[in-house]
Amino acid sequence: MAGKLNKQKLAKGTRTCAGCPIPVIVRQILAQTDAPIAASMATGCLEVTTTIYPDNAWGISSVHNAFENAATTISGVETAHKILAKKGKLQSGAEKFKFVAFGGDGGTYDIGFQSLSGAVERRHNFLYVCYDNGAYQNTGNQRSSATPEGVKTETTPLGKETPRKDMMKIMAGHNMPYLAQAAVHNLSDLVVKAKKAFETKGPSFLLVFSPCVPGWGYSPKDTIRISELAFETNFWPLYEIENGKYKITAKPTVIKPVQEFLKTQKRFDHLLKDEQAVKEIQDNVDNGWRELNEMSIE
Amino acid sequence: MKKEKTKNYIIKPMSGGEAAAEALRQIGIEVMASYPITPQSPIIETFSKMVADGRVNAETINVESEHSAMSACVGSAVAGAKTATASNSQGLALMSEIVYVASGLRLPILMAITNRALSAPISIHCDHSDSMMVRDSGWIQIYTENAQEFYEFLILAFKIASRKEISLPIMVMADGFISTHQLEKVAIFDDKAIADFIGEYNAPYDFLNPQKPILVGPFSVQDSHFEFKLSQQKAIERVPAIFKEEAKNFKKITGKDYKFFEEYRLKDANTAIVVMNSTAGTAKEVVDKLRDKGEKVGLLKPHLFRPFPYKEIAEALKKVKKIAVLDRSMSFGANPPLFAEINQSLAGTRIPIQKYVFGLGGRAIFERQIEQVFADLKKGKIDDKIKYIQ
Repeated sequence: MAGKLNKQKLAKGTRTCAGCPIPVIVRQILAQTDAPIAASMATGCLEVTTTIYPDNAWGISSVHNAFENAATTISGVETAHKILAKKGKLQSGAEKFKFVAFGGDGGTYDIGFQSLSGAVERRHNFLYVCYDNGAYQNTGNQRSSATPEGVKTETTPLGKETPRKDMMKIMAGHNMPYLAQAAVHNLSDLVVKAKKAFETKGPSFLLVFSPCVPGWGYSPKDTIRISELAFETNFWPLYEIENGKYKITAKPTVIKPVQEFLKTQKRFDHLLKDEQAVKEIQDNVDNGWRELNEMSIE
Repeated sequence: MKKEKTKNYIIKPMSGGEAAAEALRQIGIEVMASYPITPQSPIIETFSKMVADGRVNAETINVESEHSAMSACVGSAVAGAKTATASNSQGLALMSEIVYVASGLRLPILMAITNRALSAPISIHCDHSDSMMVRDSGWIQIYTENAQEFYEFLILAFKIASRKEISLPIMVMADGFISTHQLEKVAIFDDKAIADFIGEYNAPYDFLNPQKPILVGPFSVQDSHFEFKLSQQKAIERVPAIFKEEAKNFKKITGKDYKFFEEYRLKDANTAIVVMNSTAGTAKEVVDKLRDKGEKVGLLKPHLFRPFPYKEIAEALKKVKKIAVLDRSMSFGANPPLFAEINQSLAGTRIPIQKYVFGLGGRAIFERQIEQVFADLKKGKIDDKIKYIQ
């Protein structure tokens, strides 16, 4: 069932780089509802690799407006749907539409942040998905506010000096009904969260860890392993916040030192010899994990 | 004796802002996404109250910025709802990125603009630098003199914009505060007459079709972008013919014969002023006064600024000996925008045209100053420099 739906909703063989997890994430999420879906997408990797005219990789109605307004655009679609339904102007089967917006971390944490915050505050009925590859990868790997501290990018050649934004905390501050952090290596966790998000009345938010082959500097075959290491080192914990309640959805059986994750990617190369820097990253990861555990229900 | 027709309107005292909201209600706007800005707020406040009172079946989206106002309008129009917003000045500047997206995606969004100066320095008062800033954005632009015209042209505008042959966004301008806030007697036509005129709305995309999904807003590269832009140009070139057709239909309701521009005592005029929006009202007073003294003066007031009716304006002005064009905005380092178009219309003729700039940031213009313009024209004082009416 899921396979069939995936094929219909986002075609395979898009123009993403080899080893890019974005299409996998999108297909898995879209497969989690049987209702028709209308999507908006921010300018970025997903958009440029799936919509080059006259080709169209999408098997659902989708709209690209601009970089910073995927959330607002889908809020306009959702509102139009609402009034057209009220006036009895929808065609049969269209009453059940679900709405989803996709953006990268640039389109979510940075330039599209105001648009997202506004749409969530207005309580539109939509799912926002951020595929987080930790920098502006579509323009060739420049730092974003999702870039972790220390990471070398084209615009932070000496390493980023400030920590990344805690987007989950910020979105949680909107008191929205459902939000979750997921990662591409654990699809069974991702699909449960996507299903919950689609079933939520009002806005929902998924932040999905999405390793980037050229930006992070690793071999295409290692995408899933790197995502897994981010999880196993607690660099990227998997959890959800449902009606304000935090819950860790998967825990590593053995917690690995963060170095195991760092050493797999060129973006951290310059840090590995710096014991102090690695220790700081480890401390931050440990503190984050402790805090998350304190906030979570069992 | 001819039997008098039953009145199809009621006269109400209202501001231009309220009149604009009446137009949105009668058109049956279904989604209004907006962000408040002086002097546009009476429009969105009045419309919001109409929605709350159940006088119109619509949804409002109170967004967090003008950028989002236009972004939500794009989403709504893509999804097939009759969509409108209102803005001006800084708001229009902020949304300008998406103003271009709206025309590129061929969405018949209606926008009421209450003209206001652009910063810096900040000013809340009228000039036309805001709408002139987006004159090349692919939107149809119509300028209006007063509350009555603002109301009527909003209705006519939506009809033109939403015709299948056009499918382009349209903005209708009225002078901030001058036309939007003062109370005027406004004739509001019957709801049913306007509803019949607007007719069935055909959305540009069948987006919410669960059987046949579509993509709106693809990525275009070197082999297609040019063609997309050409199709926009062809669409806006079709506007004059559709304008004429729909103005004729609209006349059956309003009795008014709207053209691309208004000619006021222009037929036998030796000297003429070209000016847009509310100042045309003041200029008409001056024309009447001078005509009473036997002077052959006239006025041309453009409504349709995009697409610009070069040929028709050339025809209307061809017998005039001297012309003054009064712009309410600047194009720094170049000719002011209205002058540039009039000058282009009359290229090849030897009619001297004096360029003036007036009214920046709401600076009032008085009858005596317009009289002086006619007096200067009469004396033949015409040169290449911009004259400023301060």
